[in-house]
Amino acid sequence: MPVYRSIRDLDWPLLIVTLALCTLGVLQIYSATLGTRWQDAWWKQIVWVITGLAMMWVMAAIDYHSLLGPRVIYLYIASVVLLVVTGFAGNKVFGSTRWIKVAGFTLQTSEFVKIVLILLMAKSLTDLKTGPLNWKDLAKLAGLVAVPMILVMKEPDLGTALTYIPILVCGILMAGLRWKYLLIITAILVVILPIGYHFLKPYQKDRLVSFIYPDRDPKGTGFQVIQSRIAVGNGGMWGRGAKESSQTHLGFLPVPHTDFIFSSFAEEHGFVGVVIALVLYFLLIMQVVQNAQTATDKAGLYICMGIAALLLFHVLVNVGMVVGRMPITGIPLPLMSSGGSSTWSIFLMLGLVNSVRLRRFVN
Amino acid sequence: MALIESEHTRAGEISPGLLHDDPKDASGKIAIFQYLTVVVFVFLVSGFWALQVQNPDVYSEAAERNRIKSTPILAPRGKILDRDGRVIVDNKASYSLLLNRDQIKPEHLPAMAEALQLDYGALADKIHRMGANPQIIIKDQLTRDDIAWVESHQDVDTYPEMQLIRAWRRQYPQDGFSAHVVGYVGEISESELDLPQFLDYRQGDIIGKDGLERQYDQTLRGVDGQERVLVDNMGHEREAETTQEALPGKDLRTTLDLDLQAVAELSMEGKRGAVVALDPRNGEVLAMVSRPTFDPNKFTGRISRDDWNEIANDPYKPLMDRAIQAEFAPGSTFKPFTALAGLETGVIDDKTEFHCAGGASFYGHYFACWRKPPGHGQISLHRGIAQSCDVYFYNVANRLGIDRLAHYAELAGFGHKTGIDLPNERESTMPSTKWKMRMFRQKWYAGETISVGVGQGAVTVSPLELAAAEGGLAVGGNWYQPHLVKTAAPKLLRAGNLNPDNVQQIISGMYGSVNEAGGTGFPGRLPNVKVCGKTGTAQLVSNKFLKGRKIDQTMKDNAWFVGYAPEEAPEIVVVALFENGEHGDRAGWIVRDVLKSYFDKKAREAKAQNRSAQFRPPPLFADPQTVTAALNVPLPKGFTR
Repeated sequence: MPVYRSIRDLDWPLLIVTLALCTLGVLQIYSATLGTRWQDAWWKQIVWVITGLAMMWVMAAIDYHSLLGPRVIYLYIASVVLLVVTGFAGNKVFGSTRWIKVAGFTLQTSEFVKIVLILLMAKSLTDLKTGPLNWKDLAKLAGLVAVPMILVMKEPDLGTALTYIPILVCGILMAGLRWKYLLIITAILVVILPIGYHFLKPYQKDRLVSFIYPDRDPKGTGFQVIQSRIAVGNGGMWGRGAKESSQTHLGFLPVPHTDFIFSSFAEEHGFVGVVIALVLYFLLIMQVVQNAQTATDKAGLYICMGIAALLLFHVLVNVGMVVGRMPITGIPLPLMSSGGSSTWSIFLMLGLVNSVRLRRFVN
Repeated sequence: MALIESEHTRAGEISPGLLHDDPKDASGKIAIFQYLTVVVFVFLVSGFWALQVQNPDVYSEAAERNRIKSTPILAPRGKILDRDGRVIVDNKASYSLLLNRDQIKPEHLPAMAEALQLDYGALADKIHRMGANPQIIIKDQLTRDDIAWVESHQDVDTYPEMQLIRAWRRQYPQDGFSAHVVGYVGEISESELDLPQFLDYRQGDIIGKDGLERQYDQTLRGVDGQERVLVDNMGHEREAETTQEALPGKDLRTTLDLDLQAVAELSMEGKRGAVVALDPRNGEVLAMVSRPTFDPNKFTGRISRDDWNEIANDPYKPLMDRAIQAEFAPGSTFKPFTALAGLETGVIDDKTEFHCAGGASFYGHYFACWRKPPGHGQISLHRGIAQSCDVYFYNVANRLGIDRLAHYAELAGFGHKTGIDLPNERESTMPSTKWKMRMFRQKWYAGETISVGVGQGAVTVSPLELAAAEGGLAVGGNWYQPHLVKTAAPKLLRAGNLNPDNVQQIISGMYGSVNEAGGTGFPGRLPNVKVCGKTGTAQLVSNKFLKGRKIDQTMKDNAWFVGYAPEEAPEIVVVALFENGEHGDRAGWIVRDVLKSYFDKKAREAKAQNRSAQFRPPPLFADPQTVTAALNVPLPKGFTR
């Protein structure tokens, strides 16, 4: 198998869009944290992006097929073990244990598990015979995703756990599912979801309730929903201008550089800025999908589509939350939110996409 | 590994990848994903459109409210001054406690109520009703302990909604002096807030509740200012934005004379009733007292329930301003008006004589004179007034008939409000045939006129109305509207166009009452001042009823006295009502004291003016013109003559 790769062959449009979003992210982090205790987050983010780029390059160099052998099983087992270890030995931040210290870095294990799950899904689906999946396949796939998902939920980190679902769903739908199965699964979900509500933590229930009725307790859980909406609305058409946003700078926005960075962005850059940023995200996802379309085999397609689905889910849930159209879940906005684990895992995924792209002419 | 193996993977199949690993058969599904992505982004953009483009104002205002904390700067109310500018009602700096609505937590309230000795129920109710007000004052006149407690608990982690602000406490005279005329302030009530005249008032505002405080609330109240401070989400103040200074209320210069007021207050101590002193030439009220009284200082801000109950349930109604609200029969003080009606209509003249045998019969009823038989004997107008002969006035009234009598009494103000600038004035009653038909749908009986002629029966009057009526007559028949705040021109209510001789007859009779032997008004007598006066003893219950009963204090006759001076040109009229005082002369001493203080003060002032007119100190720095002129030398350069 001739391996020919150079910088020239990378997905440049994808890379440009990615870097554009990272730039918006760094600038917004700088503006939003100026004068707060997080005010050095912007240059840390630059470090994350640069190291992320290197990781992407390394990942692109690796033939994704080589990861789909037994290695993915080892990675999967390692992930589960790590999640268990995180649960016991991790750092507690904001009341949940999501982070683990590795060589001086605080890493959020659950972010990297996404990549493993994408690979695992690709491997499992290519191992199957083509054609609609049967119940046994579905049960196996769901079980494989459920184990880490439950572990992450226990941390507790419902938001990140939920991001594993689009990986599973996208994989299944890409592999093909009978209409009958689809209907039955939908029916079961409709029955189960209300029951599942009772198993949520009280604060999670509050978030759901305050999403639907934010004004019920404007000082408590509804606070974030209302303040984010006020921030976005305050931006208006053209925005308040960088560093001029009152909601962000007077601390009314919760964590304006991580989960709510887009509120802060929307307040400072207005509707025009929002549309520009969303167009960039749209191009990013479409570019990943384009790589799925040109992939040489189904494994590549599954990987790219899994990543596209994950990105779409992140953007939908995070931006939806910012604009008050989704409940508060606390998942970051890819590439813009400040945070090493999230940034690195996205770059690793984009590395995978490039790996698929670089091998599209093989065979 | 075993987990993922399945029966679908069949070993030995030739190039399975080439057969079913063609990504092209997923292109339809990818297209679906792409459509889904478009839908998601449209969904998100529409969300931003709704918030940022459709109603940007709603949210920018919300953001503004978030970041700006505005604190009211309370404007002091205007002072209430007497006619010489002496302070009657003042303000004292104090502290009030304010709660900021955005930070109020219901679970904080019980602790606050306990620490500040507030009623929790009332506090919770108040918070519940505060509506859109950003702040609410929950306690005024904080004590030192309160302030210490607030300061140690207003941090972010405890009760950040608490805020101390400087406020003004109304300070009224001690012992309830002039309480009724001045009134008091209090927090605006819910029912008042609904009224159209309180449109620009807000919950928690302090307004005048009674007396001058209420009548001149618009003048006295200032415009509260506002201090706007930029705050962060923890309520920490970052920087001052703008400050809108408070506009203090205007001082109210009244026509009251504190010297007279004080004398009137003291002379009514321990009694029930009222004193009114007017300048009959223009209607200026010089003194106005009502007893029993109350301490308005207890009413400022939020009165305690016990204090309120004590005052509200007092059988003698201390809150009632008897000067304008006590409507009693005027008794013999009405006789000058009967005389006026008689003289003006010509049914009597100064020579007309009647015979008093200690009583007389009219229409089959016997009407007694206050002087037991043999009575006053042959009696004419002058002695009739001076000795207050009832029989004389029974006869005059009988000759007049009720409607002619009512015409002249109404001219003097009976049956009308005076329209003084105080709230809740009550209207006096002057009976007439029309009045009886209107009120009772009954005909007037001629026999009823007899009692009215001596100020009994249905006729009632308040001390103020009586003072205005007598004063107007005393100045020749021009009735001015009584008022407490000086107006540009006194308002003439009614001009009588009376025959000056007739008026002089009556004044002379009233002079006789005070100064002549046998006059009933002798307590009003003063050296060097020609005082005219008239007593009045008004029955509350009939003698028949009293026969054989133990006389209750409250059944005793009311004592009235009206006096004015000096006889030739009256400049002050004083009316005293001494409830259950038994006889008019007991009110006379009160009137005399007030008159005396008026003329004493006048003499004092004249003397002082005289002295200052005689004594001209030489100017310390004489102007060059005068000096050069006096010395007959040329003016220095630069000066012109």
